[in-house]
Amino acid sequence: MIDTIKQKISGLLSDASVKGVVALKTANGHVTPCVFQKEDDLDMLSLGDMQASGDTRYPLNKVLITIARQYPDDVFGVLVRGCDERGLYTLYRLNQLDPDKVVPIGFCCPEELAKACECKKPYPDDPVAGEKTKEIFQNRMEEIEGMDISKRFSFWMDQFSKCIKCYGCRNICSMCFCRECSLECEDLVSKGSLPVDIPVFHLTRAMHMADRCIDCGLCEEACPSDIPLRVLYKKTSRIMNAEFGFTSGIEKQEKSPLSMLGPAPDN
Amino acid sequence: MDYRNTLTTCTYCGCGCNLFLESLDGRLTGTIPCKTGPVNEGKLCIKGWNVHQFVQSGKRLTKPLLRKNRKLEEVSWDEALDFIASRLKHIKAADGPDAVGFFASAKVTNEENYLMQKFARAAIGTNNVDHCARL
Ligand code: SF4
Ligand code: SF4
Repeated sequence: MIDTIKQKISGLLSDASVKGVVALKTANGHVTPCVFQKEDDLDMLSLGDMQASGDTRYPLNKVLITIARQYPDDVFGVLVRGCDERGLYTLYRLNQLDPDKVVPIGFCCPEELAKACECKKPYPDDPVAGEKTKEIFQNRMEEIEGMDISKRFSFWMDQFSKCIKCYGCRNICSMCFCRECSLECEDLVSKGSLPVDIPVFHLTRAMHMADRCIDCGLCEEACPSDIPLRVLYKKTSRIMNAEFGFTSGIEKQEKSPLSMLGPAPDN
Repeated sequence: MDYRNTLTTCTYCGCGCNLFLESLDGRLTGTIPCKTGPVNEGKLCIKGWNVHQFVQSGKRLTKPLLRKNRKLEEVSWDEALDFIASRLKHIKAADGPDAVGFFASAKVTNEENYLMQKFARAAIGTNNVDHCARL
């Protein structure tokens, strides 16, 4: 798989159709987000599988936003899994990236990783490498949904109370690009004090992610307190789907119902 | 275009979390926790997440300052170190080694702190060693 991807990147760099390719490399024994600009460097390419499949994924779309803001006229390639591609679609929709300036280099996740993520689309639309595997059933969410309401409430309050207010969930998220963040608005979240305001902090973020979260799971992996954040955002995303038939990042051109004015759509 | 992620260790405390300092064209743009760092496994506290910010802070002291005629003035490292050495010698000779105290830092490595206390005890001859986290 990695050789096919190397060839693809090599081709893009050699005919100068991109200025660089945002991807991962292995250096000093660690996987690192990077930009490839020379074909010679490609022997360091990594897909983000160190000990286990997908265990060293990084927010490559976030890296791309940082670069694109500085180099808006240049075209860049970016390595994408299914989740990253959903991220790209969402960032196009929110005008953070220009689809004409991005060349996605997609590959499919193996079933093992798709299961661990309970991923609803473990492949990009047009993969360069890998076999498309099936959508996975959302077990973790069903489990929590199955609790009665008071148990569920105390489950979440217990989880939220572990928060150390590191803002890692926001910082790691490629869909969190706002220059001013509600989680730093003093009317919602008190500044400079701990413990964090619960459940306001986490629910504010969950509300804001309702039409943005593409379920990559990077927030949960970055959370030092092991709060099941991904399940929380899967829930808000499920509500969006039930109410409006919308799932963030699945359709390339689809507008979010939350950004439309006027009467609710029929479904 | 020069985009880099430089692997380094957080300077804020002694835990030793691994992180990447993200830079674009020579300016720091962010911090990314290192997932393969054995100490922090891709997680950071709020200080670590913002560690890139102080490096480029305009408030940062980048040159030694020496108070002359009640005013702080920029001086060379040589002048600053000569001044420190001569004052330390003078104080030790006049009032004994215990007239000097040493404050180590949470923002340097274990090894640098070791060196500091070694200097205090072996070169100056005092056990007056403390740490900024107790201030
Ligand atoms: S899973 Fe977490 S990091 Fe990924 S898009 Fe959703 S909120 Fe952001
Ligand atoms: S990453 Fe976890 S501990 Fe940090 S602010 Fe988010 S929920 Fe809280």
